[in-house]
Amino acid sequence: MSAPAVQEKPALLAVERLSMRFGGIKAVDDVSFTAYGRDITAIIGPNGAGKTTVFNCLTGFYRPSAGHLAFSHEGKVLALERLQGYRIAREAGVARTFQNVRLFAGMTVLENLIVAQHRALTRASGYNLGGLFGLKRHRLAEREAVEKARAWLDRLKLADRADDAAGNLPYGQQRRLEIARAMCTDPKLLCVDEPAAGLNPNEKAGLAQLLISIRDTYGIGILLIEHDMSVVMGISDHIVVLNYGRKIADGSPSQVRRDPAVIAAYLGEEA
Amino acid sequence: MAAAVAASGWIGRIKEAALAGLVAFALALPLAGIETTGAETGPGFVTRFDWVAIAVAAVFCGKLLLGFLPSQLLPHQRAARSVAASEGRTILYIGLGAAAFALALPLMPFSSRYLVDLATSVLIYIMLGWGLNVVVGLAGLLNLGYAAFYAVGAYSFALFAQDFDLSFWQALPIAGLLAALAGILLGLPVLRLRGDYLAIVTLGFGEIVRLVLINWGSVTGGPNGINGIPRPTLFGMPFAPAAPPGATTFSQFFGLGFDPVQRVIFLYYVILLLALATNWFSLRIRRLPIGRAWEALREDEIACRALGINPTSVKLSAFAISAMLGGFAGAFFATRQGFISPESFGFQESATVLAIVVLGGLGSQLGVVLAAIVLVTLPEFGREFDQFRMLLFGAAMVGIMIWRPRGILANRAPSIRLKPKGVS
Repeated sequence: MSAPAVQEKPALLAVERLSMRFGGIKAVDDVSFTAYGRDITAIIGPNGAGKTTVFNCLTGFYRPSAGHLAFSHEGKVLALERLQGYRIAREAGVARTFQNVRLFAGMTVLENLIVAQHRALTRASGYNLGGLFGLKRHRLAEREAVEKARAWLDRLKLADRADDAAGNLPYGQQRRLEIARAMCTDPKLLCVDEPAAGLNPNEKAGLAQLLISIRDTYGIGILLIEHDMSVVMGISDHIVVLNYGRKIADGSPSQVRRDPAVIAAYLGEEA
Repeated sequence: MAAAVAASGWIGRIKEAALAGLVAFALALPLAGIETTGAETGPGFVTRFDWVAIAVAAVFCGKLLLGFLPSQLLPHQRAARSVAASEGRTILYIGLGAAAFALALPLMPFSSRYLVDLATSVLIYIMLGWGLNVVVGLAGLLNLGYAAFYAVGAYSFALFAQDFDLSFWQALPIAGLLAALAGILLGLPVLRLRGDYLAIVTLGFGEIVRLVLINWGSVTGGPNGINGIPRPTLFGMPFAPAAPPGATTFSQFFGLGFDPVQRVIFLYYVILLLALATNWFSLRIRRLPIGRAWEALREDEIACRALGINPTSVKLSAFAISAMLGGFAGAFFATRQGFISPESFGFQESATVLAIVVLGGLGSQLGVVLAAIVLVTLPEFGREFDQFRMLLFGAAMVGIMIWRPRGILANRAPSIRLKPKGVS
C-alpha cells in the first residue's frame, strides 16, 4: 500500500520552543522542529546534545519546562506535554524504543509482542472478565494478535525462537525485536533511540532496510536518534542537529552535511 | 569452583574445611558453648566446650566430605529460564495426580482425623501462597504484610456472620470484597515504590492492621478476639449433635450417627474446593491481558508505560486480586477455628507465606504446593526433635536455597506458545 508519490506529507508532530531544565542545566533550550508522516526525521548531535531528553519529553517520561508538543492526526490535535506517559502511547499512538534495550527479558519473544497489543486484547476480553470465562471474542482476538506477532517474527526471521526468553536472544536481534514490539502497538509515530548502537555493519544495513520498509509499508512517521552517520545519511528524509541543547541546523541530509555550524560542532571550530 | 578445588587437591580441601570449622567455632561459642543459669543460684553461666568441639568437628568433617562428592551432586547454576515442552506436560500430570490424591485423601485407609486436619492447614497455606504469588511472583511487588488481608477476610467474615446472621457462603464474597478493598487501600500510597521501600511499607501496613484489631475493642473484641463464629453448613444442614429448631443436621439427613469427624472432613472439602477454584483462577488470569501485564510490569515498568499500559491500574489490580484471595482464605480460617484473635495474624504468618512462595519458586503454582507441604508438615514431623524443631526447619530452608536457589520449581511456563507443545 504505497501512497501516491505526489501527495503532500502531513505534519505529524510540531515541536514548538521546547525547553527542559534540570536545576541550572538547560538540557534542551528552545528547540522547534516538525516531523512529518511517511518521513524519517533524524535527530543528531554530539554526546550530551539533548537528543534523548527530547525523546523523553515527547513520550511523557519528562514534563517539559516550557514549550508545546502538538501531535496532529486525522484532524485531531493532541497536546502531548499535558498527557501522562502511557496515554501518549495509547491515545496519540507514539511508540518508542530505548537506548539501552528494554525488553521483557524473562518473557518469551512472542509474549513480548502480545503484551504490546494489551489495549486491543483487554477490550476484546471484556476487560478481562469475559476472557476469564473463555469469551469467544477474546479467543479470536488473541488468535489475531498471535498472527500479527507471527508476521513480525517471520519478517525478522525470529519465528523459530518465538518461545524462547527474549533476554536470551543475541543483542542485534533484541534491538530488532524491540522495534517490532513498538510496531505491534499500531503507532502513528515511531521513535527509535540509537537503534544501530552495538550492531555490526551487516546488522546496520539490515536495520536501515527495516526502518525504510516500515516507513513505506505503514506510512507512519519515524523519529530517529542515531550516531552512526552512514545510517543517518542513508535513510533520513530530514535531519535536525542539536548541540548543547540548541538546534543548530535543520534540513535535508545534503544541506546538513554542508552546514558550517554542524561541521564545527562535530569537528571543533578553527582556532 | 569444583574444578578449582580438585586442582589444588588435598591441601586446598583441608584449608577450606578448616575455614568452615573456624566459622562454626565463632558461631558455636556463644550459641552452644555458654549456658546461662540462675533460677536458684542467682545469675551466672556454665560453659559447655564439649558441645563447641562437637559442632566444629562436625562442620570440619562435613565440609571435607563435601569436597570428595562427585560434582554432579553439588549445587550448581542451572539454566533456569529454559522450559522444555515435555516438562510443561509433566507438571500438568503431576498437578492432576495431586488433585486426585487430595480428593481421595479422607477416604484412604491410612487417613485419620489428625491427618485430615493437617491437610486442611496445608491447603489454607497453599491458597495463601497462590494469592501472594499474584503480587510477588507475577507482578514482582514484594509484600511483607500479607497476613493483613488474611486478617481482614477473617474478621469481616466473623463480624458479618455474627451481626447479620449470614451463612458461610453468603459472607464469603463479602470477606473477599473487603479484603480486595484493603488491598487497594494499601496499593494507593505505594504506587511509586519498589523493592526494599515497598517491603518496608507493606510490613508497616501489616502491623497497622494487627494493632487496629488489638485496639479497636468495641468492634473486634481487642486481644480477646471473636468467639463463637458460625460453622459452615451443607445446604443449611449443620454438623452438630442436635439440630436447632426447624433444621435437620447432616447426620440426621443421611441417617448416620453423629461423629465430629464429619465436620473435619467437610471443612477439608470446602478448603479443597476453594483452593482448586483459586488455582483455576490463577492459571486462567495469567493468560489474560491483565496477567501478562503483571509479568511485564515485573520485568520492566518503563517499557510498560511506553507500550500504553497504565502501571497504576495494573498494580492496583494485582494488589486487589491478591488480597481478595487472601481474604477468602481468612474467611475459611475463621469458620474452621470458630475463634479468631489478632495473634493469628502477626508478621510470622506473612513471613511463612512469603517463604512458601519464594521456596516454591516465584510464579510456580505447583512449587507453592510443594513448599507449603514442606513448611507446614515439617514442624509437625519434627515434634520428636523437641527444642531442635526450629533448627531443623531452618536447615531445610537453607538446604532448599542451596540446591534450588530459584525455588523448588523455578521454570516459568510461557503463557502462550507459537508452536504447539511437544514440537521443537
